[in-house]
Amino acid sequence: MPDQLLFAIEVTLNGLMAGVLYALVALGFVLIFKASGIFNYAQGVMALFAALTLVGIMDGQVPFASLINAVFGTEIHTFGWQVPAIIAIVLTLVVMCILAWCVQRFVMRHLVNQEPIILFMATIGLAYFMEGFGDLMWGADIKKLDVGLPQGINDTIDQVTYGWFGYGFFIDNLDIVATVIAAILVIGLMIFSQYSKQGRALRAVADDHQAALSVGISLNYIWVLVWSIAGFVALVAGIMWGTKSGVQFSLSLIALKALPVLMLGGFTSIPGAIVGGLIIGVGEKLFEFLIGPMVGGATENWFAYVLALLFLVFRPQGLFGEKIIERV
Amino acid sequence: MKDTVEGHVTADGRTIGGMLMEMRNITLRFGGVVAIKDISFDILEGEIRAIIGPNGAGKSSMLNVISGFYHPQEGDVYFRGEKRPPMRPYQVARMGIARTFQNIALFEGMSVLDNIMTGRLTHMNSGIMAQALWWGKAQKEETENREVIEKVIDFLEIQAIRKTPVGRLPYGLKKRVELGRALAAEPKLLLLDEPMAGMNVEEKEDMSRFILDVNDEFGTTIALIEHDMGVVMDLSDRVVVMDYGKKIGDGTPDEVRNNQQVIDAYLGVSHD
Repeated sequence: MPDQLLFAIEVTLNGLMAGVLYALVALGFVLIFKASGIFNYAQGVMALFAALTLVGIMDGQVPFASLINAVFGTEIHTFGWQVPAIIAIVLTLVVMCILAWCVQRFVMRHLVNQEPIILFMATIGLAYFMEGFGDLMWGADIKKLDVGLPQGINDTIDQVTYGWFGYGFFIDNLDIVATVIAAILVIGLMIFSQYSKQGRALRAVADDHQAALSVGISLNYIWVLVWSIAGFVALVAGIMWGTKSGVQFSLSLIALKALPVLMLGGFTSIPGAIVGGLIIGVGEKLFEFLIGPMVGGATENWFAYVLALLFLVFRPQGLFGEKIIERV
Repeated sequence: MKDTVEGHVTADGRTIGGMLMEMRNITLRFGGVVAIKDISFDILEGEIRAIIGPNGAGKSSMLNVISGFYHPQEGDVYFRGEKRPPMRPYQVARMGIARTFQNIALFEGMSVLDNIMTGRLTHMNSGIMAQALWWGKAQKEETENREVIEKVIDFLEIQAIRKTPVGRLPYGLKKRVELGRALAAEPKLLLLDEPMAGMNVEEKEDMSRFILDVNDEFGTTIALIEHDMGVVMDLSDRVVVMDYGKKIGDGTPDEVRNNQQVIDAYLGVSHD
């Protein structure tokens, strides 16, 4: 096989794996949007907050250390212990559930039946609040996150493909792990929403609030549940991106990459988020590989948005979204 | 009046038992508008109780008070002899009061089967972890629930459309699925908000038959709102008549039919 083609295949594979990570972030958006009609601008910041909390707990950082030190004139920064990753992840999950409850109790509950744009504005506020709150709680410095996921080039794949084609594929171990975890998460979520009582209640609430109430579903409970699940997805995304590029503010910007994914996949479709993520991931890598050199490179910065724009013009409901029918 | 009705056996052999629900001096206002004015009536176990009245009489408001969607400013609701504290609609549903809506509130994106399944939610008690892991109690519950659901589907003769998304069904069938969802909850009290609204004659006959059969076979107490006088008189054991938020009649269909106030409200009175 010619080297060019092999290289293209490698680029595609890498694109698929980047796409999985985009899909993971987009999934958080879809979950909340489906159940409550809220476009949660804070999803990216939730990933950042989850990652910050995870690192903080693992390193035994004292929360609000700078605040405590400023008020009491003390010099405490850490408890001096290390928490194993698995326990820290569980604790972070608990924090995300508490956060979900607070969001529902103190923000969303007061905005029931408001216009979508108002709910959207509220989540923008929420994003800024959580960003500042995360900084205050854990400090603003860039942190290294290592929960023990394998990293670096996968040697086996490199050698095997070299043996076959005389060309070794460079695939990052972390990308492989991320793909597997994301796949498990997505399948798990789909089974949960399809077959469990809570999943059925969740779909019911997404469909019709009044009818849901009449069959004994508490809307508040379902919304807390949804925000908790979105928090869980944010945590997984935060771990993956955090391990890859460190836990820092720019982590919250991955939310912007999820937007084109949503426009492609549709805001209401879980499979759509996955396929959209993969298309954007592969698309931008292949575009950069094939067209990039002709236009001076750096196409990855804008490719996804242009694609999303085209979709908005020609298929506004996305690939899998519910068809928009206006009845007159 | 009450004493003669309570605990009796009807001509067609159904037993009508003690007091299931009692509304005492209910008044409901929206701002300055009085939707319900000082209304009291009761619902006995096993009976079919109708609430009728012209447009805007406050019938739907009354049903919404019973099902917890509206909260009256004055008056109390008694359920099985106990005063019911103000409740959210989902709490009322969990007490065993199921309802349908005038303009159908189904989960349009879900299949008929899934819609009816949601009616069983109040009977599922297994925790979220058991659900997620499909373990122990969760599995047993699902089997039990399936049985009830199959019974409901058989009963309403909707086997053929069980997998169809509800959004694609014609109006009459949607009404039937909504009834099915309410029945799946095995309610102690079934509230029907204009079950025959917008139906043709044939669909109306079907629906009447289902309502009678539900009451007869499952012994379910039914309170229904209807516009169509003829249908109501054939179906119900007792009728409450409302007009402009006030109760103007209460009794058996025959008594109500001969009540002068009711005749005036329905036919209009000449004021000359």
